[in-house]
Amino acid sequence: MRFLVSGLARWVVLFVGFFGAGSVYAEYGVNFPEPASGSAQEIYDIHMMTMRVSTLLLVIVFAIVFYSLYFHRKSRGYKADQKFHDTWFGHWSWIIVPTLVLGVDLTIANNANAVLEKVWVVPDDKELMDVKVTGHQWWWEFDYLDHGVKVESRYVPKEDSGDLYLREVDNRLVLPVGTNIRFLHTSADVLHAFWVPELAVKKDAIPGYVTETWVEITREGVFRGQCAELCGTWHARMPIVVEAVPKEQFLAWIDERNAAKAAAAAEASADKTWTMEELMAKGEELYNTKCGACHQVTGIGLPPAFPPLKGSAIATGPIDAHLDIVIKGQPGTAMMAWGGLNDLEIAAIVTYERNAWGNNTGDLVQPADVKQHR
Amino acid sequence: MSTYAAEHHHDDHVPTGWRRWVFSTNHKDIGTLYLLFALCMLFLGGASAMLIRAELFQPGIQLLHPDLYNNLVTNHALIMIFGAVMPAAAGLANWMIPLMIGAPDMALPRMNNLSFWILPAAATMLILSFVVPFFPGGGSQINTGWTLYPPLSLQVGMSMDFLIFAIHLLGISSVLASINIIVTLFNMRAPGMTLMQMPMFCWTWLVTAFLLILVVPVLAGGVTMLLFDRHFGTSFFDAAGGGDPVLFQHLFWFFGHPEVYVLLLPSIGVLAHVIPTFSRKPLFGYKSMVGSMLAVATIGMVVWAHHQYTIGMSLGAVTYFMIGTIIISIPVGLMIFNFIATMWRGSMTFETPMLFAVAIILMFTFGGLSGVMLAVVPADMQYHDSMFVVAHFHYVLMPGAVFGLFAGVFYWLPKWTGHMYDEVLAKWFFWINVIGFNITFFPQHFLGLAGMPRRIVDYNVMFTEFNVVSSIGAIIFGLSHLLLLYIVIKTIRGGKKADAKVWEGAHGLEWHLDSPPAFHSWSTAPKAIELTDTYEKPQ
Repeated sequence: MRFLVSGLARWVVLFVGFFGAGSVYAEYGVNFPEPASGSAQEIYDIHMMTMRVSTLLLVIVFAIVFYSLYFHRKSRGYKADQKFHDTWFGHWSWIIVPTLVLGVDLTIANNANAVLEKVWVVPDDKELMDVKVTGHQWWWEFDYLDHGVKVESRYVPKEDSGDLYLREVDNRLVLPVGTNIRFLHTSADVLHAFWVPELAVKKDAIPGYVTETWVEITREGVFRGQCAELCGTWHARMPIVVEAVPKEQFLAWIDERNAAKAAAAAEASADKTWTMEELMAKGEELYNTKCGACHQVTGIGLPPAFPPLKGSAIATGPIDAHLDIVIKGQPGTAMMAWGGLNDLEIAAIVTYERNAWGNNTGDLVQPADVKQHR
Repeated sequence: MSTYAAEHHHDDHVPTGWRRWVFSTNHKDIGTLYLLFALCMLFLGGASAMLIRAELFQPGIQLLHPDLYNNLVTNHALIMIFGAVMPAAAGLANWMIPLMIGAPDMALPRMNNLSFWILPAAATMLILSFVVPFFPGGGSQINTGWTLYPPLSLQVGMSMDFLIFAIHLLGISSVLASINIIVTLFNMRAPGMTLMQMPMFCWTWLVTAFLLILVVPVLAGGVTMLLFDRHFGTSFFDAAGGGDPVLFQHLFWFFGHPEVYVLLLPSIGVLAHVIPTFSRKPLFGYKSMVGSMLAVATIGMVVWAHHQYTIGMSLGAVTYFMIGTIIISIPVGLMIFNFIATMWRGSMTFETPMLFAVAIILMFTFGGLSGVMLAVVPADMQYHDSMFVVAHFHYVLMPGAVFGLFAGVFYWLPKWTGHMYDEVLAKWFFWINVIGFNITFFPQHFLGLAGMPRRIVDYNVMFTEFNVVSSIGAIIFGLSHLLLLYIVIKTIRGGKKADAKVWEGAHGLEWHLDSPPAFHSWSTAPKAIELTDTYEKPQ
């Protein structure tokens, strides 16, 4: 009942708010969130414009229909006017009505067109920061092409995210404000769509295509969105979290990521021989985040698209074939190439897959083996 | 003509038992079969919808595995569109077109039998596609939605193949039925009835049939290419093999958008009879109705890509599709205007068919206006693939297609059965149905604007409240159809005897036949006096 009442209250607020200021309904979650970019503001304005025009037309149509329903009824003794279609109005309405509708259409199309040109075409006369956004089943990869930084962004399970479940990720998409950012969208497997309502960016990620959008973020903040194109089992678990920060902070964050990457690379290339325990521990963590969505944490997969690894021919067969499929992927299937990982990470994952869930091959794959295999 | 009928009086016997239905070539029996089939499918599709809303009642995954959830989403759409709405409209066409144009039967009665009996086979395939994954080795569920976009549809197991063949069968059935209707309307009209004197329901079906013949083969081609990609190593839709995943979307929506008008137009035809009858006044603007219908069909064929604004088309392409889509509001607006003008200065009464008609005018206008909002490309960057779209198309398809069919069923049920339906119960059905519908779908507009994507099995707590309201509405809305079932059964079994002219304000040839009409009707052509009794000429 509480829900019903608050729901009804929100409808009332929305209807009252149609002609009011934009910020009124933002807090009620019944309209777009407050825009955080110039194009989002323009889109918000065109949305409100068409909604107001539509509401006005709706009120006019409802008024005419209800007038007629009340007055032109038999129970009030109203006699049907059999000659109504023979009046001047009856003869000319077929041209009058379309002309009026055309007028409304042109008003909307004209306003929409002006906005469309601004938001649709990426400005080529300005300096752009490129971020390649790749959709995967079921996580996002953000590649800062100008800074050499890659971020893998995955949903956070309910235990750790609480009320932000399905709106929180482990690694956020950090972006500077006041910069022209171009997103290049593509996909590694099936269709996805990148959608952050505050930025009013939505574009499909299509394998084999690179589509582009652009945005200039106008305020700092954390903006949450999610994948908008059905992409299979865990479509609901592909949140996107944008953290908009000042430029200096963004550059500091980039430096931090680069330093972390260098440290990991150094660890991987060190001539160290790893023990089974170390590799299994590292491997479990990496497997669960990077491979677990498809092949499942339990290794049983989601057949037939995502085969099980538990007891599989690959994970218990020759090590070379196993390394091949992990590094190069399997063309024609959803299995992507993981060659971008460093030798230590691949060694840990392969070792883990060959020894977990009863695949007790006893094989220990060292980073040196991976290096040699490449 | 009359001598011909007299010579064939031995044909007047009514076959009995199962042979009557399985071997039927009688348009009335086949119409009944279509309608009963559609009613079964309505309940199947409705049950899947209620499961979807039950899962979305609260955040979290309570009832359904995500794949099963999306399989239900897929099945709900396909069953409702191909199983419920199109066969129900074909049932009305089979029953009413020969009665309305004074023809003894459909032009191709044996093909009529075939086009119906393909449907149960197709439905079996469709249901198998849903059931197969539950068996060992049955592969994964169809988790793609009814749009079947590759590459996701390439990942699905063998149930996708069942679905592809089901779509082929459904397509063959529709094309055969369409051919039959076109041939009937062109060749079987009573002597003296020109095309521009045809009852409006016949006009709407003529346009619908042409639309179906034009677009269904495109879908068949698209899913065949999908089948080849899945099994024969082609790569029509696989970028890695030089194919194009977006091509499938174009093929699908080249069919899918005109399909919207296929669902809508027969119901517009029903309205064009219901509203004049209960307003006691001829249909306003017969010629402009015909013209706007042809315009809708023509423009509707060339605006398909507004379903794909986010695929990254060029500025020129999206501008064209945006303006084309907005322009459709002109002929559709004219149709709605004509209906309102028919009511205007009428002498209205509000029996159940008329109640549905009024609800359609109001709610379809609402859904049409949110459609104009969706057509605006920059704003669609936000609406696209959100719950706003779900709310929009249910506001167009429920009133525009299903309520129109309900209106038609209540309008002609006394003619078919010879019994009046229970008006009090029917009015209860109307109010519960319409209120339940609005509680279900109105809140979904807000969910979409606030950022909830469609086709997700689980959602963040911020979307809880409107989902709760929506699911409560869905329970009311879904269960209300049991009342419809009860009313229909009750009317078939008995009730107040219906006159030949059931409704005071009704005009047209069908009201000159008994209720129910004889097994073979209009075996002699209607007389001139009967022909002049049309909606177009005030009495």
